[in-house]
Amino acid sequence: MAAERKLTVDAAEEVMDIQMGPSHPATHGTIKFNLELDGEEVLACDTEVGYLHRGFEKMIEQGTWTQAIPYTDRLNYVSPLINNVGFSIAVERLCDIEVPPRCQYIRVIMSEISRITDHLTCLGMAASEIGALTVGFLTNEARELLWDIIEAVTGARVTVSYTRIGGVTNDLPPDFGDRVAVAFKHLNALVDDCDKLITRNRIFYDRMSGIGIMSREDAISHGLTGPLLRATGVEYDVRKAHPYSGYENFDFDIPLGERGDNYDRFLVRFNEIEQSLRIINQALDNLPDGPVRIDDARYVLPEKHEVYNSIEGLMNHFKLIMEGAKVPAGEVYQAVEGANGEVGFFIVSDGSGRPYRCRVRPPCFLGMAAFGDMIRGHMVADIISTFGMINMIGGECDR
Amino acid sequence: MSPDDLLSRVRELAGDLVVESNTNLGDPTIVIQRDGALGLFRTLRGEADLDFDMLTDVTAVDYLGRSPRFEIVYQLNSIGKNHRLRVKIRVPEDDVRVHTLSGIWKSANWLEREAWDMLGVRFDGHPDLRRILLYEEFVGHPLRKDYPVDKRQPLTEERDPVVQDWKF
Repeated sequence: MAAERKLTVDAAEEVMDIQMGPSHPATHGTIKFNLELDGEEVLACDTEVGYLHRGFEKMIEQGTWTQAIPYTDRLNYVSPLINNVGFSIAVERLCDIEVPPRCQYIRVIMSEISRITDHLTCLGMAASEIGALTVGFLTNEARELLWDIIEAVTGARVTVSYTRIGGVTNDLPPDFGDRVAVAFKHLNALVDDCDKLITRNRIFYDRMSGIGIMSREDAISHGLTGPLLRATGVEYDVRKAHPYSGYENFDFDIPLGERGDNYDRFLVRFNEIEQSLRIINQALDNLPDGPVRIDDARYVLPEKHEVYNSIEGLMNHFKLIMEGAKVPAGEVYQAVEGANGEVGFFIVSDGSGRPYRCRVRPPCFLGMAAFGDMIRGHMVADIISTFGMINMIGGECDR
Repeated sequence: MSPDDLLSRVRELAGDLVVESNTNLGDPTIVIQRDGALGLFRTLRGEADLDFDMLTDVTAVDYLGRSPRFEIVYQLNSIGKNHRLRVKIRVPEDDVRVHTLSGIWKSANWLEREAWDMLGVRFDGHPDLRRILLYEEFVGHPLRKDYPVDKRQPLTEERDPVVQDWKF
């Protein structure tokens, strides 16, 4: 660091050390930037994360496999359903479980709804932090429509805990299709308004374009995935590259950028909303009938009437709650496409009722690792828009 | 390339570095020796038909009571060729160190810092091996199996919220 400073700064000039954060009004998340500034220009940025570290991986080792699912809600709490799905699929691969087709479709629908809420949050926050406050209000209104749907299905808005090993907790409500149709109509109108307000807005474009550029090679080497990687033009999406939960049955495009700057990241996220809507509509049109979880007493809790009226049901219930499902020994790495990129679960089971080790590969942790390279040479004010487009979610980054 | 083909190609390149390998659950996995691992990682990155251009994850697993105790786990991904590989290195309890990969993949920098912070794995040659999620004053490595889950290390003195000297 010291050698680099000598190259870029005249010895007569004074370099200013500024600490930005950990609680800064324009960064939505607790994070600290240790900046070296030459006037307004950022010479170096050392990013400190970890303010929201709650020991996620340690806590998961303490409970049963099912008790880990509520913890996964608290990773990326803007799109908790995707984490639920990822963890469940990983455990199901260890158990060699194939979930029913209806369950796969429901998981796809709920993941895509979550992806839209995440992108809306990211876009609205980033826009309002650089001054377009109206967009923030519009996206929050649109997000509220989707959270109402999520609440109707799961019973909660954010802490959903919707999936289980071998299925989901409950089927979709009977009026789900109508609710979605109404919500999407309003959503489309709101997203259109946002599009008109900022996409071709001169001030917004100047704040975003050419800022935080990262080349393809650097992005891959930094381990960036999701919108950050696709903005550089690399066509990598876990849903297409390593399909899970039946994503190979859906027809959707991967929006790509060209230059890898903040404006491309913004456009990739914006266009992904449209693609997610396409996937949800296809899934609703072809939604298969049938059960939403497997029928296997080793992993799935029995129905309540069996618990109260039969000795087998009561015993199964007791064993599953007290000892947990016995997941066969082994290890697996399962990646799903989160809203911010590849969310990976590396799970080791020793055959007991508790996870031996559960490692989460957080996409925005690696985004923050690349932040110093993205912002070098730009202005202090550009930190806000670049940070907004990385969309760091504290729960996922710090775990 | 199917997982089995990929694994036999990697075994061929690794030569006598290989300790064991498998494709359980469809994930090609190879366990290699620590000495010479850096050269193999460079080969995996450089070979045109393998082209592992992304280091997706670095972590470690603590098998307390087993010898060697620690297993360092690397997840490699090839964006161009669309395949994955898991590489593992086993290290003993009294010498928990491997060479850093931050010269090959940039993502190794923070991922290795986290493995050091959480599990106490030393990465030789790492440019900046500081704690990352925890604070510098923290003692120990919490994801080790012998770290008690209910241990607290507060930075400021803890107060009992019930018994305190109220002054109005």
